[in-house]
Amino acid sequence: MNILVCVKQVPGSSAVKVDDKTGLLIRPKKGNKLNPYDLFALQAALDIKDCDGSPVSVLTMGPPQAMEAISECLWMGCDEGFLITDRVFGGADVLATSYTISQGIRKAGAQDLILCGKQTTDGDTAQVGAEVAEHLGIPHLSNVISIVRRDESSVTVKALQENLIVTETLELPCLLCLDADINTPRLPSYKRMKEMGEAKVKVLTFADFEDQDKSHYGLKGSPTQVQKVFPPEKNDNRVLYKGADDKLAAKLSSILKERKFI
Amino acid sequence: MGLIIHNNLINEEKARALMGSCPFGAMEYKDGKLSIGMQCKMCKACVRKSDGAITFEEEQASLIDKSLWNGVLVFCEHYEGHIHNVTFELLGKAKELAKVNDEPVLALMIGHNITSKAQELYNYGADSVYVYDDPGLKDFLIEPYANVFEDFIKAVKPSAILVGATNVGRSLAPRVAARLHTGLTADCTSLEMTESKDLVQIRPAFGGNIMARIMTPNHRPQFCTVRYKIFSKPPRIESDKKPIAMTVTPQMLASHARIEEIEVKSPDVDISEADVIVQAGRGVKTQKDLELVEALAARLGARMACTRPLVENGWFSAKQQIGLSGRTVKPKLLICVGVSGAVQTVAGMKGSDCIIAINSDPEAPIFDVAHYGLVGDLYKIIPSFLKELDNVQ
Repeated sequence: MNILVCVKQVPGSSAVKVDDKTGLLIRPKKGNKLNPYDLFALQAALDIKDCDGSPVSVLTMGPPQAMEAISECLWMGCDEGFLITDRVFGGADVLATSYTISQGIRKAGAQDLILCGKQTTDGDTAQVGAEVAEHLGIPHLSNVISIVRRDESSVTVKALQENLIVTETLELPCLLCLDADINTPRLPSYKRMKEMGEAKVKVLTFADFEDQDKSHYGLKGSPTQVQKVFPPEKNDNRVLYKGADDKLAAKLSSILKERKFI
Repeated sequence: MGLIIHNNLINEEKARALMGSCPFGAMEYKDGKLSIGMQCKMCKACVRKSDGAITFEEEQASLIDKSLWNGVLVFCEHYEGHIHNVTFELLGKAKELAKVNDEPVLALMIGHNITSKAQELYNYGADSVYVYDDPGLKDFLIEPYANVFEDFIKAVKPSAILVGATNVGRSLAPRVAARLHTGLTADCTSLEMTESKDLVQIRPAFGGNIMARIMTPNHRPQFCTVRYKIFSKPPRIESDKKPIAMTVTPQMLASHARIEEIEVKSPDVDISEADVIVQAGRGVKTQKDLELVEALAARLGARMACTRPLVENGWFSAKQQIGLSGRTVKPKLLICVGVSGAVQTVAGMKGSDCIIAINSDPEAPIFDVAHYGLVGDLYKIIPSFLKELDNVQ
């Protein structure tokens, strides 16, 4: 079966801050990395490849440097990489992002199984996978913890649903969002890196897409608008104790006694 | 619409300054022209710094007739008719939001043999409860549930929709929002309603120490998800109204997936229900050092929780993480040990009755939310505290 994994490059440190005085955002200094939640989806795809030789493609949407994330995936064992990049796609919310990705997937060739991570560490919405499936008109299942069996036309998986474990069979093609910690992700192979060098990545831009209506992409295609960003409210009733550590331990003890926890 | 760069007002020096002001590194200066790449998150930091060299062009007049969309809808999360508490919390919030413009509070319940259970939604403040009750809807399957939800929205036209950020809600809400080409804001921590029926959705954003105020000004319905324990459950007031039955058609039940088996998990050590929690953060240097924190938890009869980095280290299961990407907790006592207090983390603990933080960095943002802050070394404070307790007994 043809497998495609959707990944994202995220900031190495996710901590964007607000300057208290100017109200401006302060950029984190560290570099970028592959979204850690995507590693489990990649591993699940590569497990299937190890079993039956299924080709695994990887696709991302981002600025040109997101190429690095694709290279990492190829060095792990993925066969083909796609990078969706174009200024037209900037400022996209969940709807526009998922629509853009779905357009990219349509250009990446016929897929049987599309795998996503649970969420990203920079957006934290955990919504893009489900919206991509809707745009593609295929079923999806979130919180998948294991792939039980598969054949030419379907895949059977276990997924978490609050306090239930649901075993479900989905016809192919379908999209699965995999939970974290369900396998042990592999590292990029040094040997593959040496062999492949700078990986071959297919770049997809707006001009490559079927849907040429610019109003479906980027800021224009985004129903939600960020009105403003602001630092979180501070707690003015707090009490801060400083001093010798044994005094602080005694303080802890007296707070807990006063509040009847000990 | 979007950001417009007036390059005639920009020289190289100004361009460099503006590039430095962008938190996402989305600007590029090439051949005397400043441009904005797709990393742009529309935070508009550059607009404020540019003295008019970058302007934001607002959206043209609204294309939709908002008067056709009315009511604040709560999607009812349940399993075999047992309603999840997040539903009641959302009904309480929906009532506040609906009051602003005198809109009705609506509730939607989908399942099988649930009509009598749906009555309970009236007791928590719904004005109208709609039920799709059919054997084909017994278990949650994404396609039939999305079809039914779509049918409901097209029939009743609610203006705003609140969905619990449970596994089902996080799967269903995006699916339906995408189908209706409308916006969805995940994990809102605060909601307000404007007098023009626009839902103000506030959530921590960009993964960092920032809150974003998000609106869906030109699309209806306005979708958002909210996690369990963010809002408070309203008082129960008995009502004798009857749920409204909606028609389920065979077309709605078409599915490319089927349920093979459902097992009920043995209840987790679920931190979201715990009364006393001790949370470890990155200030705990090694996995071995966790023993110290665990000793504190054991002494207080507390559940152990952690921050995201410790889950990423593999020291804890993701279920033990407090934060936007983990669980929301509302305990009577939360002790944060070596937790810095990123907004991501803090978003999951705001409702706690009493937060005590131990951290050696007096500037750590955790002290902004903690009721009691102890600025000191956890490796000394905790042993000293435990020793004192032992001496007392």
